[in-house]
Amino acid sequence: MNGLVIVLPLLIPLFGAVLLLGGARSIRFQRVGAIAIAALLMAAAAWLVLEVDLHGVIAVQIGDWAAPFGITLVADRLGAIMVAVSAFMGLAVGIFAVSDIDDERVKKKFFPVFFVLLFGVNGAFLTGDLFNLYVWFEVMLIASFVLIGLGGLKDELEGAIKYVSLNLFSSVLFLAAVGILYGEVGTLNMADLAVKLENYPEVELIVSTSMLLLVAFCIKAAVFPFFFWLPASYHTPPAAVSAIFAGLLTKVGVYALIRSQTLIFRPIFDEVQVLLIWLAVLTMIVGVLGAARHFEMRRILSFHIVSQIGYMVLALAFMTPLALAAAIFYVVHHIIVKTNLFLVSGIVLRKKGSADLAKIGGLYKSAPWLAVLFFIPAFSLGGIPPLSGFWAKFAVVQSGLEVGQWVAVGAALFVGILTLFSMTKIWGEAFWKKQPESTGDFVPEDRPVPVFMVAPVVLLAAATLFIGLYGNGLFAFSERAAEQLFDNREYISTVLPQEGEGIAR
Amino acid sequence: MIEIILALFIGLLFAAGLYCLLRRSLVKLVFGLILLSQGANLLVFTAGGLLAGRPPLIAKGSIIPDAPVADPLPQAMVLTAIVIGFGLVAFFVALVHRAHEAVGDDDINSFDQTDT
Repeated sequence: MNGLVIVLPLLIPLFGAVLLLGGARSIRFQRVGAIAIAALLMAAAAWLVLEVDLHGVIAVQIGDWAAPFGITLVADRLGAIMVAVSAFMGLAVGIFAVSDIDDERVKKKFFPVFFVLLFGVNGAFLTGDLFNLYVWFEVMLIASFVLIGLGGLKDELEGAIKYVSLNLFSSVLFLAAVGILYGEVGTLNMADLAVKLENYPEVELIVSTSMLLLVAFCIKAAVFPFFFWLPASYHTPPAAVSAIFAGLLTKVGVYALIRSQTLIFRPIFDEVQVLLIWLAVLTMIVGVLGAARHFEMRRILSFHIVSQIGYMVLALAFMTPLALAAAIFYVVHHIIVKTNLFLVSGIVLRKKGSADLAKIGGLYKSAPWLAVLFFIPAFSLGGIPPLSGFWAKFAVVQSGLEVGQWVAVGAALFVGILTLFSMTKIWGEAFWKKQPESTGDFVPEDRPVPVFMVAPVVLLAAATLFIGLYGNGLFAFSERAAEQLFDNREYISTVLPQEGEGIAR
Repeated sequence: MIEIILALFIGLLFAAGLYCLLRRSLVKLVFGLILLSQGANLLVFTAGGLLAGRPPLIAKGSIIPDAPVADPLPQAMVLTAIVIGFGLVAFFVALVHRAHEAVGDDDINSFDQTDT
């Protein structure tokens, strides 16, 4: 029974993809099936969160080979909530894709690949082994490579080249780090690594290897100065694809950073802390300034992913229980809000035929409901109370003040203001100003928006509002998850029962 | 001895791969990534420790093999990595071909439409 709850979030997308491949002829079957599978996955993920929250860390040894030799799947609160949020995004974007993805892309097997992507993402959240993490990353990457280049348009292919090359490069670094680490320590099970590195004599070797991993994860998470692939590619594919990418993929990198720094490389964290804080601060600032320069909705939003990643890494770098809780809360909030903003940009694109702020306008008048639906996630991203982003930023700032990082906190607040500036820019240009006269070959349109595109946006906006108004429950959960990360004995003793209570921190 | 030769060779692969990545040709980008991933594979293989002529076989009647034996795990990992790398490179070559058709140029400098 224990095994089932942790394996289901992997089996459902895998067999879902196979099932959809089997019925690839019927476009209707693809669309209906996708929503059903996504809903099923959501239910399984909710079950996982419930089980983990009630009964603590769950570990399953696939094939019954005891850790550290077997394939270990572990779900602690962090892993479970990440699975749940990504399943939620899978459902929302799945519904959106029913209308957004055209028949031709569906025929090119969009939906099976979509579920392979979710399969890889969930696997990365649930694995307890560094080499398996590498494999899950590759599963996720190959699916995302296909999704980003599926349409075969010129811009898509060009973005895909940049996206693929830099991600392949980071995979090479990841694999090299895994190999060196195995050569040094002789294990790749994360819990076992944590135990063996506790009193490891040659600290310098471990620090240098951890740097290799850090760079690999920072490329995936789009941390400064490794983020350039992201704003060059995320605005090219259809809105549904960029929404699921924006919500999930960089956050898998952030998850890997959190997991590796809190579990594996905890004993040497002091050596990394200053570096992480400065990387985070620069990520926030450079990201938000890049966004300020742009005038196309999706390009602006892409740069904001980078700047928001900075907040999460910053919270991780403070490394107190409150800061870790803030990081987890921030990740959850950010995934929901950012996916929603990309979906809104997709609606604008569908309605107007362009998301270039210079060409469009008057949406407040022609679609006031859309203005409200944009307002909620946009100003949540900017950190306006009582929306979810305010509490996320508040927790990050408070934990920063507790550890006395004044400069970083100042930067976080400053970036918050600039984020708000970008959001008001979109608001003012796309919604408030009058529709400009048609320029060149662009003719502004006012096409109807199908209900399948609106429903997920409403759903996610409601979730943002709910987290804002009743954030207590989620924040308490994040605090419990952070405790599990901060005091990792429960994780280690669940994976390696023989280590038992022998580890003291 | 063999470790030193392999280590030098890994360094060479990484250097050549990086050099190719930094060139402006799309084809050299592909070659660079192939060389890099082969370098990483070889690194995993070598870092796991090399031991010739000692297969990890368990003699009849005992439960663990007589030390020292070669570690089979790095080889299993390298096999996995090779297969993954093969798939990714195959995909990447196809992608580069399509992109080359769409953009009509092999020079990476002409790939600046989506840039920031």
